[in-house]
Amino acid sequence: MPAMSETSHTKALFEILLRLGDNSLVLGHRLSEWCSKGPILEEDLALANISLDCIGQARLLLTYAGETEGKGRSEDDLAYGRLSADYRNALLVEMPNGDFGVTIARQLYYTVFADLLYSALRQSTDAQLAGIAAKAHKEIQYHLRHCTEWTLRLGDGTEESNRRIQKGFDELWAYTGDLFATTEADTQLVQAGIIPDVAALQAAWKTQIENILSQATLTLPQGTWMQKGSRQGIHTEHLSYLLGEMQSLTRAYPGASW
Amino acid sequence: MENTIQLEELFDAKLERGEFIEPKDWMPEKYRKTLIRQISQHAHSEVIGMQPEGNWITRAPSLRRKAVLLAKVQDEGGHGLYLYSACETLGISRDEVIQQLQSGKAKYSSIFNYPTLTWADMGAIGWLVDGAAIMNQVMLQRTSYGPYSRAMVRICKEESFHQRQGYEIMCVLAKGSPEQKAMAQDALNRWWWPTLMMFGPKDAESSNSAESIKWKIKRETNDELRQKFVDRTVPQAEHLGLTVPDKDLKWNAERNSYDFGEIDWEEFWNVVQGNGPCNKVRIENHVRAHEEGKWVREAAAAYAAKKAKAAQVQVA
Ligand SMILES: [Fe+2]
Ligand SMILES: [Fe+2]
Repeated sequence: MPAMSETSHTKALFEILLRLGDNSLVLGHRLSEWCSKGPILEEDLALANISLDCIGQARLLLTYAGETEGKGRSEDDLAYGRLSADYRNALLVEMPNGDFGVTIARQLYYTVFADLLYSALRQSTDAQLAGIAAKAHKEIQYHLRHCTEWTLRLGDGTEESNRRIQKGFDELWAYTGDLFATTEADTQLVQAGIIPDVAALQAAWKTQIENILSQATLTLPQGTWMQKGSRQGIHTEHLSYLLGEMQSLTRAYPGASW
Repeated sequence: MENTIQLEELFDAKLERGEFIEPKDWMPEKYRKTLIRQISQHAHSEVIGMQPEGNWITRAPSLRRKAVLLAKVQDEGGHGLYLYSACETLGISRDEVIQQLQSGKAKYSSIFNYPTLTWADMGAIGWLVDGAAIMNQVMLQRTSYGPYSRAMVRICKEESFHQRQGYEIMCVLAKGSPEQKAMAQDALNRWWWPTLMMFGPKDAESSNSAESIKWKIKRETNDELRQKFVDRTVPQAEHLGLTVPDKDLKWNAERNSYDFGEIDWEEFWNVVQGNGPCNKVRIENHVRAHEEGKWVREAAAAYAAKKAKAAQVQVA
């Protein structure tokens, strides 16, 4: 096999870093929409905390993505300067908050995935990525505890809460397959030991989700058809609204600093 | 009767010696009521105050600003929690004080009934509104009720960061493009007078002020605090190159203080009474979040009860 050329390696790493950074950014943004709307004040603060961790992760990852790309783009250039077709986050994290049950379902699906992924990324042969992952993985442990506890409370709480959170898990199910989709960039970086094979994480993910749901007296959705497209920049209709809001100021005043 | 008089003398002596009144101590009913009113109002202000700033989190123009603003708004929610706890030590539940907020019986700081129209408002709020709140809160660290004072000590540690981040936003805008500078000036124009109103009615017209001073709940009067704020803030506006929207503002060398114009008290009372631009929206949002969260709170309670019961069965 021919040695990977430096440019294709750089491109692959850039793509993967965008994928990771965009996941954190878009999820962090969604969670921040809960501010002052939580079911109790304590939960408002908890969601803000998780959102802050996500935005922090996004900043590190997008900064590193910009450095990797080598065109002088900063975290903000990447966050505020790209439209949805250039975003690489998974479809799941851009899904609207819905009610608190939907938010927790989205959070559990994503966080179990992130826990597996970042746990492996700590061993990346790319030292900078491994460092970011080590920090992020600690935060993800807390996020996982938070959404697992809420899944149990809502699943095994009242009839209404059981119905609502089950609906959340059902509706979002078709967006989970996309978390594990891979591209040519994956193949390259897996070989170099920079990232794990995400497709191989799916079985462990499913087992873990199934365990938590059954503990919470909920059922694992059975659908087999999965939405796809995020790896090619084909998103749901929701993302462009999210970005339109996020980028409204920077687009109204091009070149200004804040 | 005699007993009450003795207790009251003890209470007064404690205040005289500068000791804290603690939850288990005897206190005049009026003192308790005044504190409940003031602390719950303060807690509600922290919580309702999350809305106008929360309004710009999703539109913050850089990731750093987004994180800083979110952290700031989260702090304010935390302040609300400390204060609800302090309030509970006076024998009133959080549910009850929230009920009073939603029914309109309890007030919150009128400043949050003004809208946040541009990003510069995030600067102006941190700089001016948190700046004014700090004046009040620094004084309240020495308030006579122990739990309130201790909550204030914790809160004050975080407040200076709030003011700094706001002033920093203003600095960047004031040094930015002409449009950004205009945005900063516009925010100062809209927030200056409402901020001065935050200190409350003039001493001569403040019904609660004298008693609060006597009981050492407050240590400085509304007018004293307002003057302090003006004297501290005007040089900061000058440093930013912005103009304070008061044609009567001028330095008085004799008093070693600024003279300033008259507040529009008609506007002040109207906003207090519910006619501000956002009074309705703020309460409606609070009520909606509370109602939409009801099933979540019920589920958490039902789950906790199931777990407690299961634990009991195990012990038995
Ligand atoms: Fe505060
Ligand atoms: Fe504050």
